[in-house]
Amino acid sequence: MGPLIPNELIPFEWSYIIAMLIGIAFGFILEASGFSSSRKLAGVFYGYDFVVLKVFFTAALVAIIGILYMDYLGYLDFKSLYVHPTYLWGAIIGGVIMGIGFVSGGFCPGTSLCAVAIGKIDAMVFVGGILIGILIFSELYPIFEPIYQGSFYGNLTLMDTFNLNPYWFVFLFTIFAIFAFYIVDLIRKRNKKIFYN
Amino acid sequence: MDNRKNKHIYWNPYFGGFLLGILIIFTFYMTGRGLGATGAMKSTVVATVGTVAPTHAESNTYYSKFLGGDESPLNNWLVFETIGILLGAFISGSLAGRIGLRVQHSPKITSRRRLIFALVGGILFGLGSQIARGCTSGAALSGMAVLSTGGFLTMISIFGSGYIVAYFFRKNWI
Repeated sequence: MGPLIPNELIPFEWSYIIAMLIGIAFGFILEASGFSSSRKLAGVFYGYDFVVLKVFFTAALVAIIGILYMDYLGYLDFKSLYVHPTYLWGAIIGGVIMGIGFVSGGFCPGTSLCAVAIGKIDAMVFVGGILIGILIFSELYPIFEPIYQGSFYGNLTLMDTFNLNPYWFVFLFTIFAIFAFYIVDLIRKRNKKIFYN
Repeated sequence: MDNRKNKHIYWNPYFGGFLLGILIIFTFYMTGRGLGATGAMKSTVVATVGTVAPTHAESNTYYSKFLGGDESPLNNWLVFETIGILLGAFISGSLAGRIGLRVQHSPKITSRRRLIFALVGGILFGLGSQIARGCTSGAALSGMAVLSTGGFLTMISIFGSGYIVAYFFRKNWI
């Protein structure tokens, strides 16, 4: 039963090779979907291109449904997966800062790496900025520590927080996503087209 | 009716999203964890400071979290994954003829202005990703895949604040 590497069904020595193969697939999918173009990515905030929303929600839903199915069929133990921990204010404040960074820079870290790989100079500057941002955080860590370590609620899932049935949640989330995909297409058609190369 | 089209042809977003979802499932199945992008950049900063100013790095609570032991902080899973991201994007860009050294920006702004905003955006993203313990890949996308409350919160915060401030940055994009 999965996960395979932590359960030692695949020797640990393979993990870096698998890491690189996963990375190659990740980079390829992002680039081929248009995520190496900041002007395409920024479209989600101005209503002229919703590729970010479509790819992001489709990926999240496929992943949730697949993981729940594999858990149900006994191939993967959901409880042994790493759940991103909930530090309430860290998640919110960090997210708000990243949102401003997204609109200002036109990339997020993963997409900027893809754009660096195809030679975008603006992306190289963006990655340089990320490194500076991490350096600032680390150097001023005592100032950020209360937000970083505070309001910790554990490795919470939505099932713990809202006492939800995961299957119903995923079902309703899917309906919501399909509805959102339909609405954003209507919005895009009403907006002026933006051309870039 | 304006029938002009953008020159670049990308995948159908639902196709790309579907494959990305499959990849996330595969990643969790193999490693028990999700994808990430800022982790390797953090390792780069930690390794650089650890080499340039070892005593300073040891006395800092944040760097020293990741410097313990004899192994270099660069020798971890996310660094190999990130090298893969660069390779994979390069392969895709090559096949589609998108490789080229240039600054991409709206014709309404100069490339200098574009680069300044890219730098500021990067700094904010770097800072925010540390506070939230992950970026759009590690916290939002991989978090959502296992229904993490923190992952959903970060996703909502990123896009929520993006929409709120979008108006002030509109000249750069539209």
